[in-house]
Amino acid sequence: MAKKGKIEVRIEHCKGCGLCITSCKVDAIALSNAGETNSYGYQYLKMVKDTCTGCTLCAVMCPDQAIDVYRE
Amino acid sequence: MKKVYERNNIALDMPSPYCPGCGHGIIHRMVMDAIKEVGQADNTIFMAPVGCSILAYTYLDLDVCQPAHGRTPAAATGVKRALPDSLVVLYQGDGDLAAIGTAEIVHAVNRGENITAVFVNNAIYGMTGGQMAPTTLEGQRATTCPEGRNPMLGQGYPIRVCELLQSLRGLYYAERTSVHDAKNVLKTRKAIKKGIENQMAKKGFSFIEVLSPCPVNWGMTPRKALEYVEKEMAAYYPLGEFKVDGKIV
Amino acid sequence: MAEKVLMKGNEAIAEAAIRSGLKCYFGYPITPQNEIPAYMAAHLTKKGGTFIQAESEIAAINMVYGASCTGARAMTSSSSPGISLKQEGISYLVGAKLPAVIVNIMRGGPGLGNIAPSQADYFQSVKGGGHGDYRMIVYTPETVQEAADLTMKAFDKADEYRNPVLILGDAILGQMMEPLIFKEPSGRTFDKSSWKLGNRKDRPSHLINSLSLSEGVVEEWNWELKKKFDLMTEKEMMVEEYLTDDADLVFVAYGTSARICRAVVNQSRKEGYKTGLIRPITVWPFPSDVISKCTRKTKDFFVVEMSLGQMIEDVKLAVLGRASIHFHGRPGGGIPAEPDIMKQLKEIMKK
Ligand SMILES: Cc1ncc(C[n+]2csc(CCOP(=O)(O)OP(=O)(O)O)c2C)c(N)n1
Ligand code: SF4
Ligand code: SF4
Repeated sequence: MAKKGKIEVRIEHCKGCGLCITSCKVDAIALSNAGETNSYGYQYLKMVKDTCTGCTLCAVMCPDQAIDVYRE
Repeated sequence: MKKVYERNNIALDMPSPYCPGCGHGIIHRMVMDAIKEVGQADNTIFMAPVGCSILAYTYLDLDVCQPAHGRTPAAATGVKRALPDSLVVLYQGDGDLAAIGTAEIVHAVNRGENITAVFVNNAIYGMTGGQMAPTTLEGQRATTCPEGRNPMLGQGYPIRVCELLQSLRGLYYAERTSVHDAKNVLKTRKAIKKGIENQMAKKGFSFIEVLSPCPVNWGMTPRKALEYVEKEMAAYYPLGEFKVDGKIV
Repeated sequence: MAEKVLMKGNEAIAEAAIRSGLKCYFGYPITPQNEIPAYMAAHLTKKGGTFIQAESEIAAINMVYGASCTGARAMTSSSSPGISLKQEGISYLVGAKLPAVIVNIMRGGPGLGNIAPSQADYFQSVKGGGHGDYRMIVYTPETVQEAADLTMKAFDKADEYRNPVLILGDAILGQMMEPLIFKEPSGRTFDKSSWKLGNRKDRPSHLINSLSLSEGVVEEWNWELKKKFDLMTEKEMMVEEYLTDDADLVFVAYGTSARICRAVVNQSRKEGYKTGLIRPITVWPFPSDVISKCTRKTKDFFVVEMSLGQMIEDVKLAVLGRASIHFHGRPGGGIPAEPDIMKQLKEIMKK
């Protein structure tokens, strides 16, 4: 069975570029809805499904070090 | 659950000073990781260029030297010769390295200076707002080649820097990597780490060229820009090693 | 110790620099200063220092920038066309508050000119050949002895003010051989631990740069720099007054031109003309007050330069119309001849 994982997003550091999303193979993450922004006005990254395996690849892609990853 | 990936604290607690989706942020992270892995943060002198990454000093908690546009390899030479046991990381963009500073990089490599260079090739002048760079692809648009770069109009050909430097005997190690996906980002980290280890073992000049997106000045979404790096840039600038242990590969 | 040696001006500068604790020299070949890099290649490396023949003067000045960042004493030398290439680097050194010693052994210009002696880089040296509001101390030695002494002083002043210092000579000073005695360097030490790069332990990171995009910061830096420039103006001006007390006419000249004027003063006094010489040893800061005071008793100033007339503008500003100013200049590598100056002097004194 695939490992269980989760991410924590530093919402204020996220610029909503979406690069992390390109590397997620289990569709666990997505940007917040339009209008739902951090204080800089950026839509930010959220976990949207509990399929995360803690592979860390989203965090590797993040230009802004906004993601920490946890794994069982 | 266990934390398996956290922010590298060589960076201050802030987002990178770059645009959303900019490759500089990813590459900074890989440089920080490599420095941290070898435990050299206190011994590092980061040589920042003139270009977007002039802002590195606002983000990295490292000793930083920031010289004139293109002159960074010469200044890095001065730093390293004065402090041979320090870790000197040279970080340059394509305008800085392959246009105004061509002479300085060629001769720093040719002398075999014992430093590690990270060359961020984003095929554009980012900081000044998207002018043509020496590495701008044929047909790629920029504010100073609005119809797309055309060598037939005297705009020159995109320079392949690894290939250009490869023949220099002072070059110990050269690799071209990319940040268009996580696998390649991790390869980039490995290459930078290798370059740093080479320096610590006093092997000579290590050169890591990284293909990198500039979504803002390419007029693309960050995701489209990654695709452009993968499909267009990597097609013209082949990824891989060019020199290993002083030998051409 | 303190033994008399015979050396070319260029070699004396190089040796004095090494004795001052120079660690890194970077240069590019150009006549008439080639003895400096050659001397460094032969002697500095033996003392454990670094010598690099750079790919250009631009690279050399930036190597100085890098070495200086680490707190090491660093130097470059060149001649006029090469010094033009260093202007960007000099501006950055001032902006980044880095000490450095730069030597210009001037030759004829503009353009490639020739390799004959000249003083045509005065404006470039004292009015800021690079961009931005900056100043630096400019020493103008007259003899080989003074070239060595001022080189030692230059390293101290560069460190003291965290600013580049220029030694401005010409082909004659560089090439002529004269006896000299090397003085002991001052032995002054400068604490650079608050800013230099490298070997970081338990301290915040250091930054050497000259950029800030935050509003008002660069203006603030400039005001800080001004304080430093003001202090230099107040404390670092050096001048020699030779037989000016009773002089009816006073020459104003520096370096090789001053040497020639000194001979003219001696000869003309024998012939009954009361002349004297004000010799700026620093052309920045310029001895304006000394000249200004001199206008109380002297109504004729005679400026001699190996150029079309550059320092004369500073003499005019010091005199401010209170006396007449005469000029004799030879551009493009020409050397003022004593008989020509004497002839012009006699015509002035006739009036
Ligand atoms: C002597 C000089 N000329 C021009 C500039 C303006 N300038 C600043 S950055 C830059 C280009 C930077 O492009 P690149 O090296 O590709 O880095 P990027 O911003 O894309 O990361 C230019 C031309 C300058 N600062 N100094
Ligand atoms: S890559 Fe980073 S900055 Fe971009 S959307 Fe994802 S978490 Fe946010
Ligand atoms: S302009 Fe381009 S290179 Fe510069 S920070 Fe923005 S995305 Fe990055």
